[in-house]
Amino acid sequence: MRSPKAAGKWPRLSALIPYAWLLVFFALPFLMVFRLSLSDSAVSIPPYAPQIDWSAGIDGIKAFFAGLDFDTYKQLGSDSLYASSYISSLRFAAEGTVLALLVGYPMAYGMARCKASTRSLLLMLVILPFWTSFLIRVYAWVGILKPQGLLNAGLGLVGLPPTDLLYTPAAVQIGLVYSYLPFMVLPLYAVLEKMDDTLLEAAADLGSPPWKSFWQVTFPLSIPGVVAGCLLCFIPMVGEFVIPDLLGGPGSLMIGRSIWMEFFANRDWPFASAVAVVLLLTLVVPIVLYQRQQVKALEAGT
Amino acid sequence: MSAAKGRPAKGTGKRLNIGAVRSSFAPWNDPAATPLVRFQGVTKRFGDQTAVNDVSLDIYPGEFFALLGPSGCGKTTLMRMLAGFETPNAGTITLAGQDLAGIPPHQRPVNMMFQSYALFPHLTVEQNIAFGLKQEGLPKAEIAARVVEMLELVKLRPFARRKPDQLSGGQKQRVALARAVARKPQMLLLDEPLAALDKKLREETQFELMDLQVELGMTFLIVTHDQEEAMVMADRIAVMREGEIAQIGRPEEVYETPANRYVAEFLGDVNLFEARVSAIEHPMARLTAAGAPDGFYVLDDDCPPAGTAVNLAVRPEKMRISLEPPPAGTHNVLSGEIWDIGYTGDWTNYIVELPGEKLIRVARANASRIVERPIGWDDKVFVTFADDAGVVLTS
Repeated sequence: MRSPKAAGKWPRLSALIPYAWLLVFFALPFLMVFRLSLSDSAVSIPPYAPQIDWSAGIDGIKAFFAGLDFDTYKQLGSDSLYASSYISSLRFAAEGTVLALLVGYPMAYGMARCKASTRSLLLMLVILPFWTSFLIRVYAWVGILKPQGLLNAGLGLVGLPPTDLLYTPAAVQIGLVYSYLPFMVLPLYAVLEKMDDTLLEAAADLGSPPWKSFWQVTFPLSIPGVVAGCLLCFIPMVGEFVIPDLLGGPGSLMIGRSIWMEFFANRDWPFASAVAVVLLLTLVVPIVLYQRQQVKALEAGT
Repeated sequence: MSAAKGRPAKGTGKRLNIGAVRSSFAPWNDPAATPLVRFQGVTKRFGDQTAVNDVSLDIYPGEFFALLGPSGCGKTTLMRMLAGFETPNAGTITLAGQDLAGIPPHQRPVNMMFQSYALFPHLTVEQNIAFGLKQEGLPKAEIAARVVEMLELVKLRPFARRKPDQLSGGQKQRVALARAVARKPQMLLLDEPLAALDKKLREETQFELMDLQVELGMTFLIVTHDQEEAMVMADRIAVMREGEIAQIGRPEEVYETPANRYVAEFLGDVNLFEARVSAIEHPMARLTAAGAPDGFYVLDDDCPPAGTAVNLAVRPEKMRISLEPPPAGTHNVLSGEIWDIGYTGDWTNYIVELPGEKLIRVARANASRIVERPIGWDDKVFVTFADDAGVVLTS
């Protein structure tokens, strides 16, 4: 017979699984990148120094730590290119998130209002793009936006002058909104679909016309979905590399591209790592602040 | 038979004082009174299903009116049409003389208390109560004052800042009530308001609702499947069946003078005897029935002519049970054997098997603690009932 004690251990053990996951796939890689960022670039394999000299024993480890410094960060601070690259990334991501919200909210709302059978079809259509490679979908936008592309062909048909969108910030914005829209729509839909219609009837009964009910009842109750959708869009948008690389021009500087250039063009791994660590820190701050605020709201609620 | 026909209800002098608090209140008998709400020939279909079929109904100002029936009988649909959430396929609904057709819910001067309460989870108790007042664009100070007034009314002042999910079921129910009456609507609609409460709280709340109705002087329309709830609270009850009204009347009328078998069986317990009218001896009638060797001798109210097949309905508590044979010449005597006994403390229910395997139910109030000779299983018993205890039903 299974003793209650043995049964009691399982929940505790299974609670360790996410921590183990975070340790192996987040904390350790982060530490490695952080250690890289404190190193110096070197013409060697791997292309950075110092390395730990295990044969020298304790002195080797001491020498290794003595070789670490924050030079890369100083360099990062002194070069205004990186500051403006961060700011431009944050701006692209913020604008993209707002646009995705403006497009995604009506979509999610419309889906949630549909009949149950139509809903699952629409839901599938939202997820459908994931069945093709992300890269190919972004490439497709090159075909649409290029001067002889589909967009200009369409504009020509209705007698409008052609536009040159490819390799402009607008193209990057289009790419961002298009690519991340499902991440906005899905959490919003999840919240809106669960919404109790009786609440809207109650609002109407208490004298609120439908459009007012939306702002007084539906929207406030969907805020958890709005926040989740915005974070799911904003965070990966900041570090986005493929979209600015394929659709953007010199004017659409984004930090993901800077990291790629440092790693692969300049082969300056320590500096690229420093850029990546700072990027991570800028993203961690809003996430932690949001978490704190959520916890506070929960505590205030009890 | 109903009071509306101008004759006094059967047994008027003897009836229980249920609802007698306002027994002088009977605007439906006053030809000069104007109804607050009129349903006229209202029909509502969902697809090929008729939820409400040609219902006409008047509700008078200050009345506590109950729509009673099993689930799916159309009572909720009828109420939702008044609130504006459903549109009738045919017929008109007027409120204070105004045709409500085409008026959206948010412009109707009625408020509803939802079965699920439908409290806004993101708003506090006071914000919930203020919601309807805000829509009217009242000044802030006035809203605050009214909210306090409503909180006092439902005794929830200390809970003003709580969110709905921090309240008990009974507290939520009171917030929903306060929110619905805060706008001082012409009429309050209550959809199964007590269904989610436990029995004890339900009974207390019934009386609170009645007091509140008198205090506010508001017209209440309640939808319920609980006959006791309807009987206790309502001035009049409309018993509904499959989208139609089976009977409208005061609680005593629908209970003591049911219009048909459906009403008799839906409200409380009833023993039905298939019988045939053998003679009318005004004001009495004689019926013959299997299992009753001497036949029945009952009031001839609404009794069809001799020869007609009818049902005689007798409530269990109006029957008397005895181990001794009644004196000779007693009317309405049945004899049988005890089949089962259900003791509930205040009442004992005896199931008696009559000759021909017919089972009837006799209820006796346990008025004395000491009983000389208690009735046991398989005892031979005699069951009698008074001449005015039964109701002759033709449908």
